[in-house]
Amino acid sequence: MSAPKRLNYCIKSLQALALAATVCFSLGVSDSGSRFNDLNHRLMCTCGCAQVLGECDHAGCPGRGQEFADLNKAIASGATDDQILTSFAAKYGATVLAAPTTKGFDLVAWIAPFAVFAAALLGTILLVRRWSVGRSQAAQAAGSSAVDPEMNALREKVRRETGSGSDGGF
Amino acid sequence: MATFGSFALLIALALAAYNLLAGTIALRLIATGQPARISPERLADTARRAGIAGFVAITGAAFALVWSVFTNDFSITYILEHSNRALPAPYKFAALWSGQEGSLLLWAWLLGIYGFVLRLTHKTDVKLYAYAGTILAGVQVFFLAVVNFAAPPFALMKGAIPDDGNGLNPLLQYPEMVIHPPMLYLGYVGFTVPFAFALGALMMRYPGEKWIKITRGWTMVTWLFLTVGIFLGMHWAYAVLGWGGYWGWDPVENASFMPWLTGTAFLHSVMMQEKKGMMKSWNVWLIFTTFLLTLLGTLLTRAGLVSSVHAFAQSSIGTWFTVFMGVVLAVCIFTYILQRAHLKSDHHLESLVSRESSFLFNNLVLLAACFVILWGTLFPILSEYVQGNKVTVGPPFYNRVAVPIGIFLLFLTGVGPLLPWRATSLRAIRRNFVVPSIALWGTVIVGLAVGIQPWKNGVFDTGNFYALVAFAMSAGVLAAILSEFLRGAGVISRQTGRNLFTAMYLLIRRNTRRYGGYIIHIGVVIVVVGLAGAAFNRSQESELALHDKLAIGPYTLECVGFTQDSNPNYNSEYALLDVYKGGTKQFQMSPEKRVYLASDQPQTMVAIHSVPGWDLYVVYEGSNPDTGQPIIKAFLNPLVSWIWAGVVIIVFGTFVALVPSLTPSTAALRVPATRTVPAEPVLKGGD
Repeated sequence: MSAPKRLNYCIKSLQALALAATVCFSLGVSDSGSRFNDLNHRLMCTCGCAQVLGECDHAGCPGRGQEFADLNKAIASGATDDQILTSFAAKYGATVLAAPTTKGFDLVAWIAPFAVFAAALLGTILLVRRWSVGRSQAAQAAGSSAVDPEMNALREKVRRETGSGSDGGF
Repeated sequence: MATFGSFALLIALALAAYNLLAGTIALRLIATGQPARISPERLADTARRAGIAGFVAITGAAFALVWSVFTNDFSITYILEHSNRALPAPYKFAALWSGQEGSLLLWAWLLGIYGFVLRLTHKTDVKLYAYAGTILAGVQVFFLAVVNFAAPPFALMKGAIPDDGNGLNPLLQYPEMVIHPPMLYLGYVGFTVPFAFALGALMMRYPGEKWIKITRGWTMVTWLFLTVGIFLGMHWAYAVLGWGGYWGWDPVENASFMPWLTGTAFLHSVMMQEKKGMMKSWNVWLIFTTFLLTLLGTLLTRAGLVSSVHAFAQSSIGTWFTVFMGVVLAVCIFTYILQRAHLKSDHHLESLVSRESSFLFNNLVLLAACFVILWGTLFPILSEYVQGNKVTVGPPFYNRVAVPIGIFLLFLTGVGPLLPWRATSLRAIRRNFVVPSIALWGTVIVGLAVGIQPWKNGVFDTGNFYALVAFAMSAGVLAAILSEFLRGAGVISRQTGRNLFTAMYLLIRRNTRRYGGYIIHIGVVIVVVGLAGAAFNRSQESELALHDKLAIGPYTLECVGFTQDSNPNYNSEYALLDVYKGGTKQFQMSPEKRVYLASDQPQTMVAIHSVPGWDLYVVYEGSNPDTGQPIIKAFLNPLVSWIWAGVVIIVFGTFVALVPSLTPSTAALRVPATRTVPAEPVLKGGD
């Protein structure tokens, strides 16, 4: 198959996948309780059980009922999610939010993991590239000074036979 | 018995201190070659024997505490606070680790067991074992000092001795709690052994990589204990805490997960050192970090640094642990700086797309996951320090940050084994990745078709999206692993004329380590599928009068009674629920709520009906004080049983990997000289 044909084939495949995905996504059904459920999983129960509000399971829990009532009232008032979470933090304290906000110092909580991961990933890639470039330069230098075809063939055989990694590891 | 126990602990401390001191002097004399009055070898042997005797002394102390629990010796404060007369016998054993003092004694005892085995098998490599034994003695001195002076388990009651004790925490009165903590502790404590070997090998500039071969079994067994301990904890949380989940990203759970992640990274990257002489510094630091994280976990659990739903034994021993961690870190850094020339790699990576780099990226992702969890666990403390107020870092944070990293790790699990060592070609990638890619994209299409939709009502649904990606990745990884099995078994089948199943058995037996590893990966994939099922959890809560019904998924629950019961240990009330499916009665469930008499604390006993597709999970939340009717909460949790099945596969895979291979696989599969040598190796790691 020629290169343009292969490209055309790939584009057609991607188009088919995108179409299939669009059709499937459009099959969604409505869920009226999902917002309440979503929000009560972004809040903590204030009874001291250290559980997410939506998962607090104490009968007669002193905190859950009031928080559920406040949440229902806030949703009914037409407030946005952010407004609801802010009002809860104002009423119950910052620890009522199940995760840090994305404002001020709290933002560091979200950024740091990705920043550290990205930096480590980039550093590793650069290091491996440096090693591989250094190795190929060394190989070139060695190759220009002494070329022994028999030795190269032997080396290639060894490389092929040990390349499977069949002795331990995976 | 309290006096006997206290003296046993003091003797154990003295013996451990002698082991450390004599061992250090002997090894110093051997290293420098200085003349001495006593032969350093004999001195080192007395140190080893002191270590063995120390184990006997700690065993005596542990026996004394268990004896005191069983004889209801409430003159000992620890027994008074963690046991009572009516406590069933198995839970009396659990009392040993239900409190701070007891669990530290358990730690010291388990370390004593590991040390005992290590010292008995010292002939494998006398000098290396002497180093490792001395380092273990150093760690043992710390724990024995803590149980002797900071948290003594045999402290006596002041004043009148009560007739009965306060009882065991109700949360701990569950069968798994008899085995979960010892398993977890065996894992935690066990990492001291590879740590001791790594530090010892570095101190003595151990030639070659033999120490890794020696410690491999220790590390894998330790990793297995920690894995089983974590999953038993998950199952306990699922069955006891009654919120319908098994992992709440609680600081105590995180504390056990972090060393598991670094330990897993070590198990992978250590293969690079063994096979290629690479990543030596990395490996040393991985095992140092793992050991430090086990200490940090204990510090978090015991010192009350962070609030937790199940930190059962908090006190003020944090300073002891902080100082000890500082000392350990200082020793590690000092030794590393002194001996870093010994850790120079024999080779470097040659290509970004190779088996070696997949190990490196696997390590990177595991460490990133560990950092995320550590960061999330400690951020409330940092926030309080910087802003003056604490924040909560709960499941929404981890679900957003850790889950994508986990999925990337799953991707690497599939990709790694498909890449050849050193370097690869586009042709090889295309050939090896066709089947996994088909499985992956096929699963995406099927998932979308059956309704796993990342968008609902025009809103992006993170849970569904991650579930879909996890299912698809799992299918891809499974296809990759199974194709590896089939390829290898196919070669053996052709060479030996045996059927595919026998060939597969032979394949595994000939390289247990490699294929045991693959089986573990299959287990991990099954666990991931089970975890992804959580995106589709459903729940219903209702107050049920007699013959009222509650519908959830395919089931309808009908309340046919609610009643009470009592025994010397607790009073209970429970509901009787008939469960119907398709109009036919299937079975009855009886969720329960207990109130333990000694502690006057309530406890939920969840009723669970498990099938491969889902769990029907029913909680009796108590009765409405106004109507007296039971409040029932029912959950339908898809695929939970896959998690537990995955763990069984992981355990099986680890056992396979621990079994020595039948014959060297390369020798067994060597092509006869008379036949044409194939252009590519027969047992391919991808190319």
